[in-house]
Amino acid sequence: MRQLKVFSSLVKDSLDTITHGSKKYHIWMAFLTFIMLVGMYCYSIQLDEGLQVTGMTDRVSWGLYISNFTFLVGVAAAAVMLVMPTYVLKDIDFKQAVLIGEGLAVAALIMCLAFVVADMGGPSVLWHMIPGIGVFNFPNSMLTWDVLVLNGYLFLNITIPFYILFRHYQGKDSNPKVYVPGAILSVFWAVAIHLVTAFLYQGLQARPFWNNALLGPRFLASAFAAGPALIILVLAIIRTFTEFNIKDKTIKKIALVVTVAAQINLIMLFSELFKEFYAPTHHSESAYYLFFGLHGKGALLPWIWTAIPLNILATVLLTFHKLRNNLKVLYFCCFILFVAIWIEKGFGLIVPGFIPGPYGKIAEYTPTGIEIGVTLGIWALGAMVFTVLAKTAIKIETGKLRYKNSQ
Amino acid sequence: MSNNNKKWFSLNLNSRKKESNTCGCGNASGGCHSNAPKQELSEKEFFDAAVNASIGEERTRDGFDQVFDVKMDRRSAFKKLTASLLIGAGAVSTSCSVITDDETKEKAQIDWEEQFKGNYKLMSDDEKKATVDRLVRSYQLRTGKTISMSSKNAEADVLFGYAFNISKCQGYMDCVSACVKENNQDRSSQMQYIRIHEMKDGKGLSFDEADDNYYHEVPAEGHFYLGTQCFHCDNPPCVEVCPVQATWREDDGLVVVDYDWCVGCRYCMAACPYDGRRFNWSKPEVPENEVNHNQHYLGNRMRKKGVMEKCTFCVQRSRSGKNPACVEACPTGARVFGNLLDPNSTIRWVLENKKVFRLKEDLGTEPKFWYYMD
Repeated sequence: MRQLKVFSSLVKDSLDTITHGSKKYHIWMAFLTFIMLVGMYCYSIQLDEGLQVTGMTDRVSWGLYISNFTFLVGVAAAAVMLVMPTYVLKDIDFKQAVLIGEGLAVAALIMCLAFVVADMGGPSVLWHMIPGIGVFNFPNSMLTWDVLVLNGYLFLNITIPFYILFRHYQGKDSNPKVYVPGAILSVFWAVAIHLVTAFLYQGLQARPFWNNALLGPRFLASAFAAGPALIILVLAIIRTFTEFNIKDKTIKKIALVVTVAAQINLIMLFSELFKEFYAPTHHSESAYYLFFGLHGKGALLPWIWTAIPLNILATVLLTFHKLRNNLKVLYFCCFILFVAIWIEKGFGLIVPGFIPGPYGKIAEYTPTGIEIGVTLGIWALGAMVFTVLAKTAIKIETGKLRYKNSQ
Repeated sequence: MSNNNKKWFSLNLNSRKKESNTCGCGNASGGCHSNAPKQELSEKEFFDAAVNASIGEERTRDGFDQVFDVKMDRRSAFKKLTASLLIGAGAVSTSCSVITDDETKEKAQIDWEEQFKGNYKLMSDDEKKATVDRLVRSYQLRTGKTISMSSKNAEADVLFGYAFNISKCQGYMDCVSACVKENNQDRSSQMQYIRIHEMKDGKGLSFDEADDNYYHEVPAEGHFYLGTQCFHCDNPPCVEVCPVQATWREDDGLVVVDYDWCVGCRYCMAACPYDGRRFNWSKPEVPENEVNHNQHYLGNRMRKKGVMEKCTFCVQRSRSGKNPACVEACPTGARVFGNLLDPNSTIRWVLENKKVFRLKEDLGTEPKFWYYMD
């Protein structure tokens, strides 16, 4: 009963926390709310008229939604790069950042689920997918694996930080025996969510562009580059706007993770390009379409030729210690790396999988305004979830929010 | 009817029409609604019963007990949740209303049962018949017209196969228009199951240089024609990937979709190497006077937006001993259809006497669709 009382007090306090703040904070939240409302309006049109309001067709049947979903699974998985050093390797430098990382994972997972639902033709019959009530095609369908691992990871990333914050809220220390098993599990789980998501595509013999053994490892490498890059940017913002103390040392250690992952990612990219272009086969056509265009059609050219230079530039800059240790250069690198991987793993991966089609037909895909509106709305939703979680967590961690104080 | 071993939850509202012996769908043997309570309930009684059904004894307990002291498994928990949702939405607006007439209520009842019915693949024959009856009645209530819908299962010792004669096809596309008419495909998006690829002579089967969307007089000089559609693979990748088993291979080899169970994720579409699947991106529209009233649940019945569909080898025709519409419409005799297990069938003669091949055999999908030349 006491626990319940503490919990309700925590809920009350955090509601109080998230509704109060500086003017900038209110403008930020109002802005997110506005974007979310626009997104909901766009989604209502999509519900009413069907998926024809998107740019997707029978020829390219997955687009912006699934691209973002794929990318965000990676962002969610990246939390492991903070969880593992903190809880498993006991590196105290990561301790301050780990809660932020887990909050980011929660936000990313919520966005993932929202993107999948937005992509469904029949959201009203989604209960068919709930194990036990519907028919769950497990273990045959990789999509059911994905449903399981994503929700499991979401559960882990909500419960572990919640337990720690709940203890700190009461002014007590958290017991490592309670959360460390969960943390270790979540390390494996993070790898699983991204590998399973890669297998979703990798397992399709119909799409040679995806049906390649490097896809899974490359997903991991790019995720561990883009995710921590986003975490660095978020930490930089938090450092500027709150009194939450994050040491330079923490950021620099995360930067090292980003660098190594980006280097590995680049090696894999070269390996892939070599295979596609040294001895091109019929199966290299998608790659040709992506990088050079086919039969005069090249809607993806501007995207991929933005992504590749940004990717290489960021990786090269990060490789030099002097440049990486300069925070301004680091933030710039993280930003361009994030954008580059978003393009590469979103648009650059999903769309060419469908082009050319099974019989060589080249039908291009351009997202519509409504699709972009829904996408922005979901990103705003994620940003809002993260802001709310981070604000409460920071207030507890800095000792400003305590159970006794509220009495 | 097998009420006892239903594989999903159904709840009856609008029990009024149970007074008469024949139920609303005109099916005297009790195909539909036969599990509804027998006597008419007043509004008050209905409300009480509905509340009872959803929260039951918990009305008499305090809040803490309600939350923490409930013995139920997950399935019944969800049943109760759904039931309470019903009270909020469906029941209030339809069944409890005094101004709506019986037909509206019947429609609401059918919609409810259809929304929460199970996967056709797992239904017993009685359950299949029940949903077919509901759909027929629903169509009657909405349009005033009667359709016939079959739920005929696969017959024993039948395995359907198809062969396509590349030498004979002249690209007239009569098969395409016959298919659209027969299968009630969406006219507004011009959905077509069959694609005819116009290929250049001397280039072999180079699909990437072929045109599957030509508008000129055929046969065009220096070209030959090849049709593709769903190949009804014996090892279909689309079936494996469906997260809810809304698509499956029937015993007679047909790969079918339960349009009402499909959630519209389009994973099957990505998995199909043969461009065999079509998605309803908008609400499918067929002019009322063009609707084919001879339907099958797994075949050409009316679809809704946001679901997958595909060629079923005209299950409504093939299971009653007829050829698919494309075979019948073909003016050149390029299309052959039949039972692969019948040694005297034409398809068997083609397979045994012609040099046949299949597309993308290296993928291991085992299509039941062969090509041959004279």
